[in-house]
Amino acid sequence: MSTDNDHELVTALVAAFPATDAAVEGLRARLAEQAERDGLLDVAYRTVDSPFGALLVAATPEGVVRVAFEREDHDAVLDQLAAAVSPRILRAAGRTDAVARQLDEYFGGRRRRFDVPVDLRLVRGFRRAVIAHLPDIPYGSTESYADVARAAGNPAAVRAVGSACSHNPVPVVVPCHRVVRSDGSYGQYLGGPETKAALLTMEAAA
Amino acid sequence: MRPFEEIVAEHGQVVMRVCRALLGPHDAADAWSETFLSALRAYPDLRPGSNVRGWLVTIAHRKAIDRIRAADRAPRPTDRLPETPTTDDHAEADPELRAALEALPPKQRGAVVYRYLADLSYAEVATLLDSSEAAARRSAADGIANLRTTYLKGVAP
Repeated sequence: MSTDNDHELVTALVAAFPATDAAVEGLRARLAEQAERDGLLDVAYRTVDSPFGALLVAATPEGVVRVAFEREDHDAVLDQLAAAVSPRILRAAGRTDAVARQLDEYFGGRRRRFDVPVDLRLVRGFRRAVIAHLPDIPYGSTESYADVARAAGNPAAVRAVGSACSHNPVPVVVPCHRVVRSDGSYGQYLGGPETKAALLTMEAAA
Repeated sequence: MRPFEEIVAEHGQVVMRVCRALLGPHDAADAWSETFLSALRAYPDLRPGSNVRGWLVTIAHRKAIDRIRAADRAPRPTDRLPETPTTDDHAEADPELRAALEALPPKQRGAVVYRYLADLSYAEVATLLDSSEAAARRSAADGIANLRTTYLKGVAP
């Protein structure tokens, strides 16, 4: 008989049980804490401001597993992490506090090396040997792809080094930007060649 | 599989509504947390293509039943405590309608909450209420009819 009344009633019912963003927001933060405590937080992430736009920083219990520039599309990166690591992913502080602070210090010119555990599970084989070597390249200096190939134990694998660097899942924290072409030109970078140039310029000036 | 954060963002509010409607404001926050923690635990095993909202509401339904049973078992210091006043946004919105929903028989209350607040299909409502689809339809219609009496009384000039 009274569909309009029913519609109005249902609207009133929905309004009688409000679930505001604010109410749910506090509970979401608590969920992340409980998930961490119960060992269910496989990937915790946050975004960090940088001179090159927002950086996505994601960490497993083992360490920082991914740093992503804005141009990589953070939603797409989270989808990749869900597939490659685990879909148990939540935005959470805590686990990523230290790396967020160190990134801040680094971009402010107040930090020269990162001191956080890194989880390299997204990198396999020779690429992993390459990535593992990169933190040995000092702040403010560079190595060529050929230098890194030698250091990683396969002097002929110059192209593979280039590929490993351009797919580094933890850029900035693991300084693949310090690897350049033998002729001094910059080569590829996940954050774009202009970001690579800016990072090297910043380090050279500090 | 989508990152769980997206699941919380998309369905957090509807689960909150359901918890509030089933339990009242005091237990709702804890039930919400228990629901999403359970869901997070089971999430990697969720079948692809599942109705995520229905799945979450089912978990919330079970958590609510657990809480109501636990409260029934707990000793009561006094016979019936008066309604504790609440200070959150919840307190201002239509207390008569909320009281009327709480006063409905359990099946009607469940049917109204799952059909109209959670927007589940009658088939899903029937599963949750352990009844046939026809019975779920009837419970929802009866519940709405009962609420209408209260509601129209409240808003009529």
